[in-house]
Amino acid sequence: MSYNEIKELIIARFGTEIITGENTQNPQPFLIIKTERLADVCQELFSNPQTYFDYLACITGLDNGPEAGTLEVIYNLYSIPYDHHLTLKVVTERLTPTGTLPDVPTVTHIWRTADWHEREAYDLVGINFTNHPDLRRILCAHDWEGHPLRRDYEWPEYYHGLKVRYDNHNEVNGFKGEYFKTFES
Amino acid sequence: MPQVLILGNRQKEMSQPSSPYSNYIIQAEPTLHNPDNLKAGEMLLNMGPQHPSTHGVLRLEVITDGEIITDVVPHIGYLHRCFEKHAETRAYNLTIPFVDRMDYLAAMNSEHVWAMGVEKMLGIDGQLPRRVEFIRVLVAELNRIASHFLAIGTYAIDIGAYTPFLWMLRDREHIQRLLEWVSGARMLYNYIWIGGLYYDLPIGFEERCREFIDYLQPKLDEFEDILLKNKIFIDRTANIGVLPLNVAINYGCSGPMLRGSGLKFDLRRVDGYSVYPELEFDIPVGQGIMGTTGDCWDRNYIRALECRESSKIIRQCLDHLETDCKRTPDFDPQAMCPKKIRPKEQELYFRAETPRGELGYFFRATGKSDIPFRCKGRSPCFSNLSVLHEISRGCMVADMIAIVGSVDIVLGELDR
Repeated sequence: MSYNEIKELIIARFGTEIITGENTQNPQPFLIIKTERLADVCQELFSNPQTYFDYLACITGLDNGPEAGTLEVIYNLYSIPYDHHLTLKVVTERLTPTGTLPDVPTVTHIWRTADWHEREAYDLVGINFTNHPDLRRILCAHDWEGHPLRRDYEWPEYYHGLKVRYDNHNEVNGFKGEYFKTFES
Repeated sequence: MPQVLILGNRQKEMSQPSSPYSNYIIQAEPTLHNPDNLKAGEMLLNMGPQHPSTHGVLRLEVITDGEIITDVVPHIGYLHRCFEKHAETRAYNLTIPFVDRMDYLAAMNSEHVWAMGVEKMLGIDGQLPRRVEFIRVLVAELNRIASHFLAIGTYAIDIGAYTPFLWMLRDREHIQRLLEWVSGARMLYNYIWIGGLYYDLPIGFEERCREFIDYLQPKLDEFEDILLKNKIFIDRTANIGVLPLNVAINYGCSGPMLRGSGLKFDLRRVDGYSVYPELEFDIPVGQGIMGTTGDCWDRNYIRALECRESSKIIRQCLDHLETDCKRTPDFDPQAMCPKKIRPKEQELYFRAETPRGELGYFFRATGKSDIPFRCKGRSPCFSNLSVLHEISRGCMVADMIAIVGSVDIVLGELDR
């Protein structure tokens, strides 16, 4: 099925308001789904014999920075029997008004791949996947503070008495800002 | 064998500051299962992170009932080197050495995926000189053989066969010397660049490579006879760790794990990137010859068969490199390398087949910077290992060693 057919199918099943945005200019067009309904859409895409997305390739958490104030979670789906792809996306605020991590429904009950990938997104980007069976840190240490891939993340001074940035080699030895001068616009 | 973690009350006692043991154990690593809540007869064992059979720094929390495993919880992250954080601060071409260090056993394959992904964003995929493409495929397949040799060899050690390991490492050494001749490095090459290659192949490489492939053919038969068709090996691996196909797909397994479970799925064929559509090779799938489809033996047999297929591909690449894509004095493999790598604003997920399965990179380019806004590596081992608890429940402790080995994890890639 092509991207447009899948989109029609989702609209026919859930109504137009479920899609809050899309980008067809991108080389891999993507749909932005209403965050609360994500699990329903995924369940439909998984179990509908016309789409049958049985393989969740990748989940990416992405922080757009404090100015934009949004977080994105990107789901790359693939159907092995039909050989078609779909990119889904949900957009949510960086922090809830009460200061807790934003909630995104889990898809672990549909694809077990999501289990570890969501744990990783929680660990590095700071997204709370609701109803996840086992949401712990996976790559960072269990008592690490903060979420390193957030744009406003600050490295801790010490971790268990060890200096985290123990050397400012680049600043001292002449690489100061050199790289960014060369490559950043 | 695994060391026994301090259990229950003993752990609390030892971690008390007043305890005489407090100097030895200040703080144990966290476990998912609470030792106090285990059922009668169950025991919490800790394997790793420094354990020879875990292939790196993987820690397994194992709940056993006698000799039977009731649950396994992998704890990963001991080799986390913030690849994604680094990738957000470096230009695309400067990240290639980091990519090498992710999957250090198949660095050429990782580089190839990265380079193809960035080329696709730049829109220069499919325009590269054919000689460059054939050299890329050639070195990637050489690296695939080397990686599979190490996988099978160390697997043999895990289950107690030492000789095949030495034999396989001897022949892997030939590949590493060939690749060292090409790139200057034994394992971490930085050879495949975005839009081209670091250098052309050295003069005389094609002949030496062909010599090596001729030498390799009888060795592959030999390996099969001494290891894979060995009665002891079959007894240790057949019908152990059976991974049903639907579970494999649902957990996102790929590569030999997925093919071992009986699905003919290889991204080299499915996506047909680079020059793979022109090359002839088969995709071996697990058929359960010695036991059930999807057992440890199948997974290793797939790897052995893939070495044969890879050598077929290498022969065809050499044919092309010696006839229609011949070396010419004015051939510059860096000719297509862009001086400034600045893709348009876009998001791209690019995937390709490495020895361990589907390696994918997700890029978000802003169009205003040479640096990716976000780069995520989807590593095949990460998903492959997550199925471990599913397939090792109910087997013996010694069989779990066999199962962990058959997944063929590289912790550098798993933890990124």
